[in-house]
Amino acid sequence: MTRILNASGCLDALAAPEVADGLDVFVTKTVTPLPRTGNDPIRIAESDVGMLNSIGLANPGIERFVAEYLPELAERIPSLWVSVGGFSAEDFALCCAALDGYACVDAIELNVSCPNVTAPADEASAIVAAARGVTSKPLYAKLSPALPDIASVAQAAEQAGARGLSLTNTLRGLILDPATLEPILATATGGLSGPALRPVALAAVYACAQATSLPIVGMGGVETGEHALALIAAGASDVALGTVLFGDPAAPHRIRTELEEAAQRRGVASAAGVFRMALGDELSASEVSSKPGIRGDLLPELTKVAVGS
Amino acid sequence: MHRHDDRRRPTRLRGMNAQLAHLRVRGNEAIGPYSLLHVERGQLDPGVPGQFFMLRTEPLLLPRPMSLCMARAGELGFLIDPTGKGTEALARLDPGDRITVFGPLGHGFPLDATDPVIVGGGIGIAPLPYLSESLRGAPALLGFRSDAHAVAGALLPNAEIVIDPVRVTEPLAEHLVSRPEATPLACGPEPMLAAVGRLASHAWLAHEAPMACGYGACFGCAVRIDGELKRLCVEGPTVLAGRLYVPDHDSSPLPSAVGVPA
Repeated sequence: MTRILNASGCLDALAAPEVADGLDVFVTKTVTPLPRTGNDPIRIAESDVGMLNSIGLANPGIERFVAEYLPELAERIPSLWVSVGGFSAEDFALCCAALDGYACVDAIELNVSCPNVTAPADEASAIVAAARGVTSKPLYAKLSPALPDIASVAQAAEQAGARGLSLTNTLRGLILDPATLEPILATATGGLSGPALRPVALAAVYACAQATSLPIVGMGGVETGEHALALIAAGASDVALGTVLFGDPAAPHRIRTELEEAAQRRGVASAAGVFRMALGDELSASEVSSKPGIRGDLLPELTKVAVGS
Repeated sequence: MHRHDDRRRPTRLRGMNAQLAHLRVRGNEAIGPYSLLHVERGQLDPGVPGQFFMLRTEPLLLPRPMSLCMARAGELGFLIDPTGKGTEALARLDPGDRITVFGPLGHGFPLDATDPVIVGGGIGIAPLPYLSESLRGAPALLGFRSDAHAVAGALLPNAEIVIDPVRVTEPLAEHLVSRPEATPLACGPEPMLAAVGRLASHAWLAHEAPMACGYGACFGCAVRIDGELKRLCVEGPTVLAGRLYVPDHDSSPLPSAVGVPA
């Protein structure tokens, strides 16, 4: 079954556990080695095609996160991923090492792509390798859609030990106040999310699904089951919700139902039945079963699609 | 075979009675330059005065936070100042139009405050008619920038109204001289709130900030509270003045001048 996650930084499961209950996996806001107060307000702005945010990785720091937040998350969240960030490979490794001993952490997402802080100096693969050295937990590399060649970065991340990809993060954008023609955000630019990101995310998933065998969490502008289905067809195994959660806290339940309906309209029993359809390849059962993250319960659907086509 | 049950399941938030509902607009009523948006209440809890709801309508991507102005039977009333894309879209809604409402959210005013005095400025009077009704006749002081805006003062029938250049803090200062224990419960523009906070650090101030979600998810509504950037939707929107305006120790000789031990 396709899992529905939240995009990191788009939900606080402790402030709104009822919303988190609708998800299969909860992903935390990015945690860095040291506490960060985040950027000065104004931090958000809306345009016709999406929203900008410039939160600046506000977080309590890994030490307080582990001591004060993780125990409560462990109690409430059945499946928990922790997003970690930093400014060097060492920062990422420090956070991963601090999380390694906690059984409640099912996976670690490496946020190597936040547009609102100075970009990590190290290459994504160096960060993955450093993290791989200190933890045995599955590592998901969250890549930026602004990378000139996201597929080659995905391949490098895979070789460095990533177990999956989160695709994709926001794109840098700017919105001006129409009255003053000055930037609305205190940091001027911010990360663009929402509908505008939808085709960008689809392209990133499509490229990486051809370049690597890693399972992909697709995200970017998903507002309906049809949008989620498109990401799965482009090669995503799972789907994450971001901006849609702000306006519709019932989105996890709604989109799950819509996703099933969208699949059924296409004559497949579940959304997994359209997996990789956009790529035009016909995966054999053996190829699929050898892919990490693809579970056996998907196989009947895939076989059915192959038979039907 | 559709499974609509999940879709209709109400979304409630921890420790609150917030629910998401798709409702119909009953109408928009002009109140001076403002618009009073009447929405059917459905099963929603109106909450405590000072709490807010997230309102979303086409073509907005994000909902807009609006405090509840009136809680008539079967209805929710929101006072809107149509000055931007979101507020204009809300003020344009016609009877029968659909609107998504999520709330009540945040923390309202303390209704057990000692000797409350209601203080409002401009569109900041939005939560005050409901507050006034709940406090049954508490004195109210309202300030507006023009006679046209002051038309909205009629939403609080017993209010004392001042118009620019008179500031609402002037009658408030007099009120506090005669009733030093009084607790201002205020909503208005930032300079007004700061001025009320300087007069009474025990005042409760309903602050505002841009919000994408209203329930602690987006971290967009950060405001400096207790000297740190905190989410207004989680901490507020009503906040004790002393938490918002920390005394400036570098520049103020006031404490020793009035005989308060350092």
